[in-house]
Amino acid sequence: MSETIPAIVEPPAAASEADVLAAAPPRGAWLRGFLRRSVGHGGLMLGGGILLIIVVLALAAPLIAPHDPYHQDLAQRLIPPIWHAHGTWNHVLGTDKLGRDYFSRLLYGAQISLLIGALTVVIAGTIGTLLGVCAGYFGGRVDAVLSYIVTTRLALPVVLVALALAVFVGGSLQGVILVLGLLLWDRFAVVTRSATKQVAQADYVAAARAIGCSTPRILFSEILPNIFNALIVVATLEMAHAILLEAALSFLGLGVQPPLPSWGLMIAEGKQYMFFSPWVIGIPATALVFLVLAINLVGDGLRDVSAPENRN
Amino acid sequence: MLAFTLQRLVIAICVAITVSIVAFFLLHLSGDLAISIAGPDATAAQVEAIRQQFGLDQPLAIQYLHWLWRALHFDFGNSFFFRTTVTSLIESRIPVTLTLGAVALGLSLVVAVPLGVVAAVYNGTIIDRLALGFSVLGQAVPAFCLGLALIILFAVNLHWLPVSGAATWKNYVMPSIALGWYAIPAVMRLSRNGMLEVLSADYIRTARAKGLSPAVVILKHALRNAIIPVVALAAVQFGFMLGGSIVIEAVFSMHGLGYLAWEAIARNDYPVVQAIVLILAIIYVGLTFVSDVANAFLDPRIRLA
Amino acid sequence: MALLDVQNLVVDIPTQRGVFHAVRDISFTLERGETLAIVGESGSGKSLTSLALMNLLPKLMKRKAARLTFDGNDLLDMPERGMRKLRGDCMAMIFQEPMTSLNPAYTIGDQLTEALRCHRSVSASAARDRAVQLLERVGIAAADRRLKQYPHQLSGGLRQRVMIAMALMCSPDLIIADEPTTALDVTIQAQILRLLADLKKEFGMAMILISHDLGVVARVADKVAVMYAGSVVESGPVRPVFNAPSHPYTRGLLSCIPVPGRTAPGAPLGAIPGQLPNLIGWLEGCTFRDRCAFAAPECAGEIPTAEPEPGHEVRCVRLPALAGAA
Repeated sequence: MSETIPAIVEPPAAASEADVLAAAPPRGAWLRGFLRRSVGHGGLMLGGGILLIIVVLALAAPLIAPHDPYHQDLAQRLIPPIWHAHGTWNHVLGTDKLGRDYFSRLLYGAQISLLIGALTVVIAGTIGTLLGVCAGYFGGRVDAVLSYIVTTRLALPVVLVALALAVFVGGSLQGVILVLGLLLWDRFAVVTRSATKQVAQADYVAAARAIGCSTPRILFSEILPNIFNALIVVATLEMAHAILLEAALSFLGLGVQPPLPSWGLMIAEGKQYMFFSPWVIGIPATALVFLVLAINLVGDGLRDVSAPENRN
Repeated sequence: MLAFTLQRLVIAICVAITVSIVAFFLLHLSGDLAISIAGPDATAAQVEAIRQQFGLDQPLAIQYLHWLWRALHFDFGNSFFFRTTVTSLIESRIPVTLTLGAVALGLSLVVAVPLGVVAAVYNGTIIDRLALGFSVLGQAVPAFCLGLALIILFAVNLHWLPVSGAATWKNYVMPSIALGWYAIPAVMRLSRNGMLEVLSADYIRTARAKGLSPAVVILKHALRNAIIPVVALAAVQFGFMLGGSIVIEAVFSMHGLGYLAWEAIARNDYPVVQAIVLILAIIYVGLTFVSDVANAFLDPRIRLA
Repeated sequence: MALLDVQNLVVDIPTQRGVFHAVRDISFTLERGETLAIVGESGSGKSLTSLALMNLLPKLMKRKAARLTFDGNDLLDMPERGMRKLRGDCMAMIFQEPMTSLNPAYTIGDQLTEALRCHRSVSASAARDRAVQLLERVGIAAADRRLKQYPHQLSGGLRQRVMIAMALMCSPDLIIADEPTTALDVTIQAQILRLLADLKKEFGMAMILISHDLGVVARVADKVAVMYAGSVVESGPVRPVFNAPSHPYTRGLLSCIPVPGRTAPGAPLGAIPGQLPNLIGWLEGCTFRDRCAFAAPECAGEIPTAEPEPGHEVRCVRLPALAGAA
């Protein structure tokens, strides 16, 4: 009645995806639509492709790495990569200060980055989702307490605290995962909270309550599957965040310890040679950028595709 | 407005207290602090002496209250490693970090806000896509990698800027770019989204119907409303920059608070680390308070409610 | 020479499924000081018509016309800069939603004086004086205090008065009022309408009044154009159209309104069954035929414009048959 300018007209027949979701019908139709939109989304396909390549390379590292990443050969220190005058095919991407093959270290470094990213997300995601879903579902006091906790957590400077904790937990792969996992849950909590709040209003949740479902059962079977979209998007973005943080921590010497081939550590170790041999930091840095870019593209793409009305 | 401000202030103070508790207990996690201070070769007697000296034999709650009381008087004790008070150490280092953070924030705003506005005005065109692409790429480049790349380019190859240190204004150029870099995508997207939303508002249509020029419509009418959340975000980003400056200060060897924290952590210099964590956290809490209040103040509907 | 001359105005909206013809081939003229009312239900294209006149349509919509002149100026080819000079100065617009049509971040005074100062070089105080004068004229008391207030501090009725004052700042020749009273309470509606009628007499400006409310129209307008699904189905001076409605749609509209004294208490009001057709793609013939009680096969073909009385035009191919039945 009061609209003066009609929006671009879509025929009124089709309900929006949100309506479909809210009525919780069979997932088949929605899934097909989701896949169709995914394939059409340039960023998602590009990011997904790059990510897939990196994952495959990382998994296949033991098979394709030409050398042992830990094998030192001081006679072969700081050989430049293949595109330089002095490069050799024996070490396609050159060697580092201890004569270790860079390509092999890069491949195994991918394993480390991906592992850290994935495990951190699992830990942080579990903590954050638990807190966020409870806050969103129960509301009131629980919600207020959660906001308070999140604000407190945000006030702490992450890198500093991570460093300080790393000293105690011991600079190591497990240590980094634990520390990051215990620190990076805030986004999960915030996003799952608002997603839960939306879903909790739905009729099928009220219906489940009416037939006497226990609260944990409701949380698991009704709420969780329906906030899954939002959760996946946050998970990918926080994975990228974790990888970047690990690189920074390792660069500062308090993350993964040598001789592990973490990309951040490789950059730190190469820093003193960067003036004359810039590839020593350039190669792992480029790898980092590609990995994080790919993950971010996937995350943004998933966000666009699973909620077209929220398109950026 | 007043009630709102007071409420926010109370929350800020509560959070600050909680944070101080966390900061305090952070460093008591490793178990017996006295042993760590004394070192692996110390005898039991020496450890006991140290325990007495630092008051570590008292209950934790009491220790915390003592520490808090002294902190409120800006007394953070003495540094284990540097032969001076923690307070004087922090005083000497904090200007560098604050300057770095301020310049970084300024740079990122100067780049991100116009970019976001332009992307919104030219929504859907190639300009918009380029801006969004730039933001996606920017989020993928770690700050310390950017810092190193800048050093190689501008200091080593072009010799325009110094490699490290914090002596002159030239020393702050590259670090500020590297530190501010990470804030640009977030601020740009917020400006863009805010502008897009505002540009479709009825009052913009009214402004156009009055015959105002596009510049006035965008800069006077639209931006004034779209910028409100950006101001709030900027305050928060400043807090992140202060906390994250540790990496940049390490790359550029700038002796600021972050660098000090790094040195202190490596040397188990607990009083220094505790103090820095506390100070940065309090600054952050203060900034979020300022950001909340600014957010409310800039919107006349809330300010004059 | 007519102040406003519109011939064959078309507004098309490209969509994923084809072109949506929102306004199809409408024509009207407006003399100085005249009030034209455009009447129709939601979605009939009346608001788009007014935006098309000012060239304020959203980017994606396209407008076309055989002729579109205002005060001798050709609006079709006019560059944007020229349009900006006209907007606010010679042709002003009042929108439907007073709650959201004023910028919440600036004072009333700022927004009023800005309307004047962007077209005339006057001092800030002179602009403020004019703003106070107009605010008083539209019935707002304590006008200088109001200047410093923000829109959210005023009620809906007051805000609409401010919008009217804002439209008058440069003494325009034409005011387009797009459903100015729809969002307001019924009592306020009457006041605003009376105000518009008085202002029209005093300032001598022409007005296009867009409304879905026939009662509003009858009180204020000289001419009326009834729109349905993008086309003008009937137009002419107010009295003849209301007293002798010829098009089935106009007759249906009028029968929906209870008339004190004539409509029996408890008697059913008329209603027009059905809804607006999907306007994507070109519809041959009369757009109303799916809902018309008198539709016949020839309604799908070319529709002539009949003129039962001078100035009173009706687009209906069944008119001769209906004239007999009436």
